Amino acid sequence: MGNLVIAAALLLLLGFAYQQGFARSLSLAAEARKEGRRLHSRPRYHGTLVAIWVLLPTLLVLGLWALLETSALRALIVGMLPPEVAGLEGRQLDSAIARIRALASGYGVAGEVADYEQAAAEHLSLIQNLAFLLVLAAAAGLGLLALFAAKRRISLALRARDHVEKAVRILLMLCSAVAILTTAGIVLSLFNESIRFFSFVNPIDFFFGEIWNPGFATTGSAAIGRYGLLPLLWGTVMVAVIAMLVALPVGLMTAIYLSQYAPHKVRTVVKPVIEILAGIPTIVYGFFALVTVGPFLSALGAAIGVDIRSTSALTAGMVMGIMLIPFISSLSDDILRQVPLALRDGSLGLGATQSETIRRVLLPAALPGVVGAFLLAVSRAIGETMIVVMAAGNSPVLRLNPAEPVSTVTVTIVNQLTGDSDFAGPQSLVGFALGLTLFAITLLLNILALFIVRRFREQYD
Amino acid sequence: MTDSFTVSSSGAERRRARIRAGLGRRHLFERIFRGLGVLAILIALALVGSLFWMVISKGYSAFTQANLETEVYFDPDIIKVDPPPQQQPGQSAADFRAQRLAWQRQVTMSNWNRVVEQAVRAAVPPGLEITAREATALVDAGERHRLRDIFVENPGLLGERLPFTMLASADVDNWLKGTIDRDLPDERQQLSPATRALADQLLESGAIQFKFAWHIFTNVDSRSAPASAGLAGGLVGSLYMMLVVVLLAVPIGVASAIYLEEFAPKNRLTDLIEVNINNLAAVPSIVFGLFGAAVFIKYIGLPLSAPIVGGLVLTLMTLPTIIIATRSSLRAVPPSLRQAALGLGASRTQMVFHHVLPVTLPGILTATIIGVAQALGETAPLLLIGMNAFVAAVPGTPFDQSTALPAQIYLWQGNENRNFFEARTSAAIMVLLTLMITMNAIAVLLRQRLERLK
Repeated sequence: MGNLVIAAALLLLLGFAYQQGFARSLSLAAEARKEGRRLHSRPRYHGTLVAIWVLLPTLLVLGLWALLETSALRALIVGMLPPEVAGLEGRQLDSAIARIRALASGYGVAGEVADYEQAAAEHLSLIQNLAFLLVLAAAAGLGLLALFAAKRRISLALRARDHVEKAVRILLMLCSAVAILTTAGIVLSLFNESIRFFSFVNPIDFFFGEIWNPGFATTGSAAIGRYGLLPLLWGTVMVAVIAMLVALPVGLMTAIYLSQYAPHKVRTVVKPVIEILAGIPTIVYGFFALVTVGPFLSALGAAIGVDIRSTSALTAGMVMGIMLIPFISSLSDDILRQVPLALRDGSLGLGATQSETIRRVLLPAALPGVVGAFLLAVSRAIGETMIVVMAAGNSPVLRLNPAEPVSTVTVTIVNQLTGDSDFAGPQSLVGFALGLTLFAITLLLNILALFIVRRFREQYD
Repeated sequence: MTDSFTVSSSGAERRRARIRAGLGRRHLFERIFRGLGVLAILIALALVGSLFWMVISKGYSAFTQANLETEVYFDPDIIKVDPPPQQQPGQSAADFRAQRLAWQRQVTMSNWNRVVEQAVRAAVPPGLEITAREATALVDAGERHRLRDIFVENPGLLGERLPFTMLASADVDNWLKGTIDRDLPDERQQLSPATRALADQLLESGAIQFKFAWHIFTNVDSRSAPASAGLAGGLVGSLYMMLVVVLLAVPIGVASAIYLEEFAPKNRLTDLIEVNINNLAAVPSIVFGLFGAAVFIKYIGLPLSAPIVGGLVLTLMTLPTIIIATRSSLRAVPPSLRQAALGLGASRTQMVFHHVLPVTLPGILTATIIGVAQALGETAPLLLIGMNAFVAAVPGTPFDQSTALPAQIYLWQGNENRNFFEARTSAAIMVLLTLMITMNAIAVLLRQRLERLK
């Protein structure tokens, strides 16, 4: 309710400011026209400029109040409580404060109301109303002051349009800074929590440890557990390798066939259908792995006499490979199409067959691009979470057999952090150290891939 | 001269013969290579097909559920409650609420299981003896709460009889649909032999009917009453998150694309931002989840499991997609348009906002929809900010605890009642995929429509 009033008042004020600036510049223009002079900017720019000048101070006041309101009112209530109540801690104090707030809002509380509560509530509601009016008045007053100041500045020579455009440009720049802030935020928050983790566990034990056994947060700090990264990293690598063994041949051959052999009609139908695979959420792939691929592989293994667990590195890797097929095929398709036609025509003109041209001329020429695509796909496979959470079996042990369950870095992050928000012990903090490792690996892969692809593009541009 | 001709001609002859000899092998290889290409495409298409076949064949049966048509008697001998309280003049809202809650507690304390049992018995053909437990096992555990809520809404029903459609329990649904093996021995069946026989008889007599399960869309998740578990909480939670994404990611993304493409000076900082955005697009989604947990929840103190946090995290994830797509559509605008506008004396800002941006609108719209559709299916970051907690309520605001559609799928696939929830999960996936495909189709249509208008 209060917020709506403030928003409405602000809008009214802005409208008024715009209209004032508009009217003032219009009347100036009318006078000036008699002397044969003109305004530098159109009236609507003058109106907008005045509105901008009004908006800044009012937003400042309202923003400050929004930041301070809760703590200020809380301090006020605590000050009004009798000492034996104010001395309470945590939840009891919160509920005492909540009772007074409920009384002050006119909703009331169930049961007996103590005298001090009634008094405090009346006082609180008075101060709340006063403060609300005061803030509103301060914001409006500052806004009006700014309005008059800005209005007085309006003259024939004022370059209002330039000012407004500068404001727009600053706004645009702030928006594009969000991307940088995000990266900085990610790096800082991961670093910060990781350092806290490394105060519990020696980094060498973490990066080179071979045993993952974090224990439970509830058993207390006595059982800190062991946090060896290697089993997780090994699981991640194994799943990623299996995924690439599936995705690379199928994806690359698909791209080659679609870009070199397929008639136009086939291409227009098949390409979008395969790209559907790219849009499917990973949780659906996870379910597919769990319900269809896992049991299928297990039955297949039983038929040929090999013991394959239905949740294993093999299951997760194969399904992840399926997920990456469209990724590899569309990237490779783009790259194959960028290889100059002259190379292809020359080879065909010398009598090479199409497959020879592709293998001996096109692929070597496109190799850097394909390698880049491959690296991007690997970085995806390493960071992929849902498929491995659901289908890899979660068993953080160093094992060579891909038919056994494994665990990966991403799975462990999810397991250690799900639903935990206080991040006190190493059991949850380790998630951030793992996240930092993951971020570093994928960042390196991405930068390398982007670098290679860019070099490739420049080569044929 | 003739000599040299024969020599060279025989050399050419030899070469030709060698080429001809190798030709068969080369053409065979060509055919194999081409065959491999076709094979790869067939594999990819088969995978798309089997994925959809798996989801649809498992999921379609969840959209119909067994319902028992019967009659409910609000028996005053079982429901012994006082008349509901009225608000007295001068009574505070909180006091009235407390009084009303006390009355509701009294209603809840009544033996609603008996009411349900009697309702089931009303449908049982005469001559069949069943125990109370066997009777109540037939209908979903949520039905007694539904009856109670109906009574709380309308206390005048006391002593009335009402024709009523009850949802059969998940076990009965499994039994009738055959999702549980009917030949399993008694000790491995979920239901007693009497209830199973009763369910079969009722289905034959028409008292149990399969109906479209609308409650999948209108109910929230439920642990104790799996048959009535629905997606409403997840749908609304996802809707809030998508709202946050559209309201934040689109303006910020488009604005930064415009800045980078049209205004930014070519310097180190701009390069840094560019590399940054390309990298952000490839950062694993779970890292965004870690960021959300550390910054939005721990430092800023936003609530756990709230759509606002999920929306903010997804916004940051969608931003690079929108920025990259908007930039490429800005780049596709012909330079002549810019030059014409600048030549006529427009400022750069006017040129961008009056001439370039309207032309790129279809591209921006498509990018937005594709980005939002992508965000809709994202699951991993939601697990880290607590969206996979069990929340049995539709969130009223983006700050309330809630679940989300993909998180709900994750919860259901882990449910221990596999027979029932495998179909439920597939049905939820069908809903999710339908939403995503619809959004993508809208994007394609919009682009075509708008581009024809130009």
